[in-house]
Amino acid sequence: MTRSATASYWTGFAIALGVLVVAPFVLPEFWRRFVTEILIWGLLAMSSDILIGYTGMVSFGHSAFFGLGMYGAAAALLTVRPPDLWLAILYGLVGAGGVAVFVAYFATRLRDIYFSITTLVFSQIFYVIIFTWTELTGGENGLTFRQPPLAIPGLLSAPFTPVTLHWFVLAVVTASYLALRRITQSPFGMVLQAIRENEPRTRAIGYPVERYKIVAVMLSGLFAGLAGVLYALQNKFAAPDFVFFVVSGEVVIFNVMGGMGTLVGPVAGAAFFFLLREGFSRFFTEYYLIPVGVIFTLMVIFVPQGLLGFARRALNR
Amino acid sequence: MPFDQILIQLINGIVSGMILALVASGLTLIFGIMDVVNFAHGELFMLGAYAGVTILAATGNFWVALLAACVIIALLGAALQVVALRPLVGRDPLTTILATFGISLVLQNYALWQFGPVARKIQEPFTGHFRLFYLEYPWYRILIAVLSAAIIGMLWLFMKYGKYGIWIRATTQDRIMASAMGIPVPLVHTAVFAIGAAMAAASGVLFGPLVGVNHAMGLDVILRAFIVVVVGGMGNLGGSILAAIFISLLEALASIWVSPAQAVIVSFVVLILTLLFRPTGLFVPTPK
Repeated sequence: MTRSATASYWTGFAIALGVLVVAPFVLPEFWRRFVTEILIWGLLAMSSDILIGYTGMVSFGHSAFFGLGMYGAAAALLTVRPPDLWLAILYGLVGAGGVAVFVAYFATRLRDIYFSITTLVFSQIFYVIIFTWTELTGGENGLTFRQPPLAIPGLLSAPFTPVTLHWFVLAVVTASYLALRRITQSPFGMVLQAIRENEPRTRAIGYPVERYKIVAVMLSGLFAGLAGVLYALQNKFAAPDFVFFVVSGEVVIFNVMGGMGTLVGPVAGAAFFFLLREGFSRFFTEYYLIPVGVIFTLMVIFVPQGLLGFARRALNR
Repeated sequence: MPFDQILIQLINGIVSGMILALVASGLTLIFGIMDVVNFAHGELFMLGAYAGVTILAATGNFWVALLAACVIIALLGAALQVVALRPLVGRDPLTTILATFGISLVLQNYALWQFGPVARKIQEPFTGHFRLFYLEYPWYRILIAVLSAAIIGMLWLFMKYGKYGIWIRATTQDRIMASAMGIPVPLVHTAVFAIGAAMAAASGVLFGPLVGVNHAMGLDVILRAFIVVVVGGMGNLGGSILAAIFISLLEALASIWVSPAQAVIVSFVVLILTLLFRPTGLFVPTPK
């Protein structure tokens, strides 16, 4: 790795971060919310990139982790008085982590499409449970709750404003990005990429491939759960729609559009997807998925490396 | 446990199992021959049902509608295969999941746009009933099971003895060798996709009278079909048919005690147990 490449990477990182920090002051209300939301979906997409881009396992079940993060946060905010931000995050992570252990144990026994189908079916199990267990989860209507204040113990406690919420989301997403980046560059991450490139050889060298995959799914699930907590905080509700596998499909779309195996790509993919949605909603109203689906299919065929695929090497330095 | 209730649910299970088997055998045929996991299969099922609704309204004849829907959806399937899947031959099978997922989004939203969110009803071709304990059981349901079995049986005979069936089996076994023997492999791929699509359309039209036809009906079906195909062993035609009946029977029996929405969990549990103990499917020996 050359010095100048590292410098230009961090310069780019600093500029992007700076733009996102000042964004809420410049943008009107609608677009500010839009950016915050993209950051949250971007985190979800990044979490799934660990599996899709780095380990070569396409998960069609990320909605389960995301949804359990939401419902975990809801549980904390509804049962504990006064509502506590950090407890919500903890509960959300525990919820998503628990599901992730379950899914990881069973799904990693299978490869390729079998893995995809299994994760899809697992997310549907949790969807059915959440949808039908009305007494606990509110069923189809979901749960609504109040936003907890932004509290740092011993320092401050203030209710969230749109701007501080944006900064809080930005801080969490940035920290997660750096953590995920570190993970993918660690020896552990290298083994994951070895599994992607050649699983039998990785096994032959002596790595316990199954154990690595299980840990990868669990890590991915935790970060997806974190995204779910953030979404719950922003929108003050948890609903079964977010556990439905259509959300998992959208996460895969973000990854493919933005560029798998880059971590930044999926965030860009999420932004691209939502911009397309905004643009096409003007002409196609709620049928925007028709043109978006066509663009997605064309990208799978002609640009399989995604929007940021050309920068894959630079972004992984 | 009342005996009559169990018997009624057994018959219900076999009827829905045959419908499911019809969808799943198309899915597994397509997978077996070209390693394509067709995410859009549920949408072909749904569009088949809509084609049936439209043609039934125009002609008034259920059987014409059934046949025409099959032909239309087979053509649509062939077109999709040529446009979207042929460029992907030789690439990672995962890309075919992504491509067909994109197609399913387009088709589903197209149906919503074209036909609206209100469910349509297909009139059953005849409304006779027979007495089953305390129920008036419609003959039509029995007919569905028989017709589905007949279509699957025809497919089996075609695959076993027909010249083109042998082409298909040869391509499944060894694509390159088949091509070397003069079999037009790309054409066989397109034909198989069309056959699978037609079977999905047939089950859509047959299933239409039992439930309303709406744009989201494919989602539920594709999920069940995936479960069936994994439980039966991917690409294993006989296995998927048995698995479809087995799972539908279990679900039907479970819905005596819990609501149908929760009975789905039974099939999930079957899937998990299968994956744990027989990862290559219930009906094939696990290779050592």
